[in-house]
Amino acid sequence: MDKTIDIKDWYILNFGEFEKKLNGGKESSIHQKRKDALSNFSRLEFPTIKDEEWKYTSIAPLLKYNFVPSYEKKIVSEELIKSLLFDEMEHSLIIFINGRYSAENSLLLNLPKGVIVGSIADEIKKKNEVLLKHFGKYADHQNHIFTALSTAYTEDGAFIYVPTGKIVEEPIHIIFITDSGNEKILTQPRNLFVAEKNSQVTIIEHYVGNEGEIYFTNSVTEIVAEENAVVDHIKLQEESKKAFHIARMEVDQERSSNFSSHLISTGADLTRNDSNARFNNEGGECTLNGLYIIDGTQLFDAHTLMDHAKPHCNSHEHYKGILDDKSRGVFNGKIIVRQDAQKTNAFQENNSILLSDEALVNTKPQLEIFADDVKCSHGATIGQMDDEAKFYLKSRGIGEEASKGILLHAFASDVITSIKIESVRNYIEKIITEKFNQ
Amino acid sequence: MLEIKNLHAGIEGNEILKGIDLKVNAGEVHAIMGPNGSGKSTLAQVLAGREGYVVTEGEVTYNGKNLLDLATEDRAREGVFLAFQYPVEIPGVSNTNLLKTALNEIRKYRGEEELDTMEFLSLIKEKMKLVELDQKFLSRSVNEGFSGGEKKRNEIFQMAVLQPKLAILDETDSGLDIDALKIVANGVNKLRSKDNATILVTHYQRLLNYIVPDFVHVLYNGKIVKSGGKELAFKLEELGYDWVKNGKSEEVVNH
Ligand SMILES: Nc1ncnc2c1ncn2[C@@H]1O[C@H](COP(=O)(O)OP(=O)(O)OP(=O)(O)O)[C@@H](O)[C@H]1O
Ligand SMILES: [Mg+2]
Repeated sequence: MDKTIDIKDWYILNFGEFEKKLNGGKESSIHQKRKDALSNFSRLEFPTIKDEEWKYTSIAPLLKYNFVPSYEKKIVSEELIKSLLFDEMEHSLIIFINGRYSAENSLLLNLPKGVIVGSIADEIKKKNEVLLKHFGKYADHQNHIFTALSTAYTEDGAFIYVPTGKIVEEPIHIIFITDSGNEKILTQPRNLFVAEKNSQVTIIEHYVGNEGEIYFTNSVTEIVAEENAVVDHIKLQEESKKAFHIARMEVDQERSSNFSSHLISTGADLTRNDSNARFNNEGGECTLNGLYIIDGTQLFDAHTLMDHAKPHCNSHEHYKGILDDKSRGVFNGKIIVRQDAQKTNAFQENNSILLSDEALVNTKPQLEIFADDVKCSHGATIGQMDDEAKFYLKSRGIGEEASKGILLHAFASDVITSIKIESVRNYIEKIITEKFNQ
Repeated sequence: MLEIKNLHAGIEGNEILKGIDLKVNAGEVHAIMGPNGSGKSTLAQVLAGREGYVVTEGEVTYNGKNLLDLATEDRAREGVFLAFQYPVEIPGVSNTNLLKTALNEIRKYRGEEELDTMEFLSLIKEKMKLVELDQKFLSRSVNEGFSGGEKKRNEIFQMAVLQPKLAILDETDSGLDIDALKIVANGVNKLRSKDNATILVTHYQRLLNYIVPDFVHVLYNGKIVKSGGKELAFKLEELGYDWVKNGKSEEVVNH
């Protein structure tokens, strides 16, 4: 208990230091939000397993360390960046190193007129109106301590703005690299993506760190899909196995918008992903898919919330987990169908494969339905690798490891194939292949 | 090619095979018949290397090697092929992917070059004709949603592609209509040569009209209780398995 208070004090005490380093960023109205968030942060408590929302995920290990924001500029090698790119794909690239935008490593393709892709710190300085209108509106910091922490320490992150009618053809690849070394670095990417009416964009958030390093990524991403906008979001989480990764994504969907999210993760030491989408108007489509592959003592927790506030919307959720050793997975999928939301279709599915007797999954669908004309379904399976199928493959001459790999690829395939971009699919296939041939 | 001596095997403490002796030479076709539950599939699975079965006694030599020492995949790479009585459905794995991986692993094991996509596809096309399987099956998941007959034909198709030395066909004829049976039998006959051998596990003499065996064995209660030439199959058809169960018959044809 006392330990927790220490940590909170630590973050509160560090705020002064952080504030001093904010040259130029202090004047905007955002700074008032930072200070409000800090006072919320000091009022709120870190969750414990007594909180229903954190029942299976103890954050005690995270609270053992005094993480600090990094103020030093780090440079990473070209090779590292190259290894993180997708083959044969033209894409805009923006890179953050230890939470800070790195202009020299970033590369923006010719973007349609009016489209902004870059650092949120720059836009805060410029007092960008779109930013001021949307920032902090969807990820509330009143009740959510990690969002309060993120908001208080708002400094940098990705900002993407696609004005009405603009189509960004090439995906935007955002890489967050943490190079922590011996320091216990805290990075808090704070992202805002706004796609206006009839626009279209694909955004990839990609988190990587050096294997074995201990650091804490606390990211908040707010996404607005206005009327008839199409937004495809992919998140690749390749953090160090000793890192902590807490992330929240809030999606606001307006009339007839189409949003898809694919979360592909090889975990961290402790991962918690909250992915929440809300239909604010009729005719929306939303896909929330996920695939995680963990081992050792990793813990991966995915919480989703699909809020059907308005009628005639469709949502599809499919999360899959592959767990080895003593790893643990948590899936909590909440679907709210509000009273108004007639003609809702909401589907949810969670499948897990346990590769060892000691791996464990807690899966819980949570349906709260207040309308009467809705189609809702959910299903969950937890199983082992199919031994008969493995024997079949081996009896054809395919080795033990390769057989395992084939079956796990097959298990993961429906989540992967629903990603529209081939080179991203290939990148993910490669992650899986490397994972199972080590 | 294959010599089984006094093979005892079981599962979870139950002895199912109770002393099997069988010798199969290159170029021969052996039929193994027997009532339900007599241990035919167990024998086939033990030879293919299915985990879970425990061999408690006896030995199996295959081309001079101790077969029981080899891993399942190495048995396949050495040329043993099992056509399953109940082929497994594997969603998400295409037939092509399975075959290409299998073929190349086998070739690698034998120190041969891997096939490139073109070579592979032309081989596949040729073998598909043999079992009259439509090309659309290639991209479909292994056995998923296949009819019973399609599954069996797919087994023979895989056999044709992998070209084993010793093929063990476990009830590949069961549930097939006569046309499908002819296709399967034709496939097997075309692959017969003086260098390879086939063990046909079957319930019915019918198959043996199309694939003529050199020897017929009757497996009953975990033992081969009778062996003979193809005429033994006719006799079984006529007299039923009670004939061997009752142990009335004295005549044992040696080979
Ligand atoms: N996994 C198992 N666990 C326990 N008993 C088993 C198992 N597999 C087979 N058996 C038993 O072993 C015996 C032989 O089974 P097997 O499948 O080899 O017979 P079979 O001759 O192939 O029969 P069929 O003609 O029905 O295919 C049966 O009594 C069966 O119940
Ligand atoms: Mg059988």
